[in-house]
Amino acid sequence: MSKLLEVKNLSTSFFTKYGEIKAVNNVSFDLDEGEVLAIVGESGSGKSVTAFSIMQLIAKGGRIVNGEIHFNGQEITKLTEKEMTRIRGKEISMIFQDPMTCLNPVFTIGDQMEEVLKLHFKELGKAERKQRCLEMLDKVGIPNAEERLKQYPHELSGGMRQRVMIAISLLCSPKLLIADEPTTALDVTIQAQIIDLLKELKEEYNTAIIIITHDLGVVANIADKVNVMYSGEIVETADIRNLYYNPSHPYTWGLLKALPRLDMKENELQPIPGSTPDLLLEMDHCPFFDRCEYAMECCRQSKPEYYETGENHIAKCWRYHPDFPKEA
Amino acid sequence: MFKYILKRVLIGILTIFVIASITFFLCRAIPGGPFDRDKPLNETTIANLNAKYHLDDPVWKQYLRYMWDVAKFDFGPSYYYKSETVNDYINRCFPVSAVVGFLSIIVALALGIPLGIMSALRQNKLEDNITKVLTTLLVSLPNFVVASGLMYTLAYKLNILPPALWGTPQQAVMPILALAAYPLSYFTKMMKSSMLEVMDSDYVRTARAKGCSKFLMTYKHALKNAVLPIVTSLGPMFAGTLTGSFVVEKIFAIPGLGEQFTKSIFNRDYPMIMGLTIFYSILLIVFVLVTDIANAIIDPRIKLEGEES
Ligand SMILES: Nc1ncnc2c1ncn2[C@@H]1O[C@H](COP(=O)(O)OP(=O)(O)OP(=O)(O)O)[C@@H](O)[C@H]1O
Ligand SMILES: [Mg+2]
Repeated sequence: MSKLLEVKNLSTSFFTKYGEIKAVNNVSFDLDEGEVLAIVGESGSGKSVTAFSIMQLIAKGGRIVNGEIHFNGQEITKLTEKEMTRIRGKEISMIFQDPMTCLNPVFTIGDQMEEVLKLHFKELGKAERKQRCLEMLDKVGIPNAEERLKQYPHELSGGMRQRVMIAISLLCSPKLLIADEPTTALDVTIQAQIIDLLKELKEEYNTAIIIITHDLGVVANIADKVNVMYSGEIVETADIRNLYYNPSHPYTWGLLKALPRLDMKENELQPIPGSTPDLLLEMDHCPFFDRCEYAMECCRQSKPEYYETGENHIAKCWRYHPDFPKEA
Repeated sequence: MFKYILKRVLIGILTIFVIASITFFLCRAIPGGPFDRDKPLNETTIANLNAKYHLDDPVWKQYLRYMWDVAKFDFGPSYYYKSETVNDYINRCFPVSAVVGFLSIIVALALGIPLGIMSALRQNKLEDNITKVLTTLLVSLPNFVVASGLMYTLAYKLNILPPALWGTPQQAVMPILALAAYPLSYFTKMMKSSMLEVMDSDYVRTARAKGCSKFLMTYKHALKNAVLPIVTSLGPMFAGTLTGSFVVEKIFAIPGLGEQFTKSIFNRDYPMIMGLTIFYSILLIVFVLVTDIANAIIDPRIKLEGEES
C-alpha cells in the first residue's frame, strides 16, 4: 500500500538581505492513512516551515529549494497554485497556534464554516451546508450550535474558537490534518480536551494528523510516531513508545529532561543550555555540537548521517555509527 | 444603541452650548464695535443701530437673548447685509460647500482605496513607488498651493477648464480636485498600511489554508478588515474638508460658506461669525457621531458604550 504522505529530501529556505536561511534542511518522512505524527523541537527548529511547505503557503521570501512531497500518490510541489487551492482545505487542512487571531473578526462563525463548503462542495445547497456545519459543531463539542453560527469570533472563548477551527478543518473530511501547536495558546485543562477531541475525531474519520508541538508531554497519548527537529533537520524519528522509553539522540534526552513531571519539585525543570544555531551559517559539524554534553571530536569535524538505533528508529548522531564503541 | 445615541446627542448639545458661550464673549471682548467703519457713521445712526440690535442692553441680557435664539436655530440678522439673516446665508451657501466637500471625499475614496490596495499588493514595485512620491507630495502641500497649481495648468496653460466662479459642472472640477488632494493621499497611505497589516494576519492565512484563492483572500478576507480604519476616519475627514475649504473657495471665488466665514471676520459681522462657528461645531459633532455608529455597524467587535449585549 502506498503512503498517504511522503516527504523526500525537503529543503525550504528564506532568502533575506542577510543571506539564505535554511529553515528546513533535507527533511524526509512519511505518513500512513490515519496515522498521527508529532513533530517536536524548540522554537525556530523549522516545524512550522515544514508544515507550510506541505501546504505550500510559505511566507514571503521563502520557497522550497529542493525535494519532493508526494500526497496521495501525487507530487504536489509541482502543482499550480490553482490546483493547490483545491487541495487546501479539502484534502489537507490546517489549524494554527493562536485561535484568538485565526478566525476573521468581521465574519460570523457560520460564514466562515460555510465558506469551506462553498469552496470545495459547490453542489451543496444552503440548507445542506448549514446542516453539515451544525453537525460538525456538535461533533467538536460546541453546545447551542444554532446560536453559535450567528456569533462573531470575539464572542467565543479561546478553547471554543479552537474547536471552531477544528470543525472548519474537518468539514471537508480531509485525509490529512496539520495542527501547528493547536494547544500552546490554551489553558492546560483546555489543552487536554482539545487533544482528546483530535484523537476522537481521528478515529472517527480516519484522518492522518501531523501535530506540531514543542512539548513532548502534550502528544504522548495521541501520536503514533515522532520526528524530533533541530535546526531545520530531523535528528531523530521513532515510534512514540521508543522515543519516551528509549530515546537515542542527546537532544531528545534534553527535551525529555525538560518536561515537567509529577514527582518533581519546583524549579527542578532542566532546560537545555545554550541556544539554537544561526541558520544563516553554513554548517559542517553536527548542529547540536556546541550544546551537546557528549560531543566528541568527530562531531565538530563532520555532520553525522542517520543511523538505525532500533526498529523504525533512526537518529542523526555519531554515537550510533557502527564503529562507535558500545558501552558495556 | 438608542441609549448610546441619546447620551452622545446630549453631550453634543452641551459642547455646542459651551462653544456658543465662548464665541459670544470672545466677540464682545474684541476691541471696537460692529459698526466701526473706515468712514465713521454718525452718532445717531450708531445709536439707532445699537438700539435696533439691542446692543445697549446689559451683556447678560444680550447673552440670554442670543442663547435663546440659538436654541431655536435662529442665528439672528447679519449686521453687514441689511436684508439677510445668518440663516439665509447658511441656507444659500452651505449647499455649495457641502456639494464640493462631499464630491471631493467621494473622489478621494474612489481613487485612494484602489491606489492603496495596489500599493500594498505591489509593495516596493514601480507603481508603489510612484504612488508613494505623489501621496507624500500631496499630503504636504497646503490646498491653496494645489488649487493655484491646478488653476495655472488646467485653466491658464491648457485652457481646458474655466478658472473660477460657480454654476457649471466644469467650474466644480478644480475646487473638488484641490480639496480631494489631502484626503486622497491620506486614504491611500492608510489603505496601504492597513492592507499590508491585514494581509499578514493569522486569519488571512487561515483563509488560504481553507483553500481560498489569492483573489478571495485579498478582496473578501483582507479588504473588509483593512477598510475599517478608513471608515473611522471618514467623519472627521469630511468635517475637516468642509471646514478647511475657506481658502479654496476664496481662490476659485465659489459662493460657499467658508468664503462667507472669512468675509464675516473682516466685516466684524458678529452674528455671522458666531452663527457659522456654531454651525461648524454642530457639523463636526454630528459627523463624529455618525462615524462611530457606522463603525459599530460594520465592525462586530465594537460594542457601543451602554449597549446591552
Ligand atoms: N518569514 C520568514 N522569513 C525569514 N525567516 C523565517 C521566516 N519564517 C521562518 N523563518 C526562519 O525559519 C526558522 C524556522 O521557523 P519555524 O517557524 O518553522 O520554527 P518553529 O519550529 O515552528 O518554531 P516555533 O515553535 O517558534 O513555532 C526560524 O528560525 C526563522 O529563522
Ligand atoms: Mg511554529
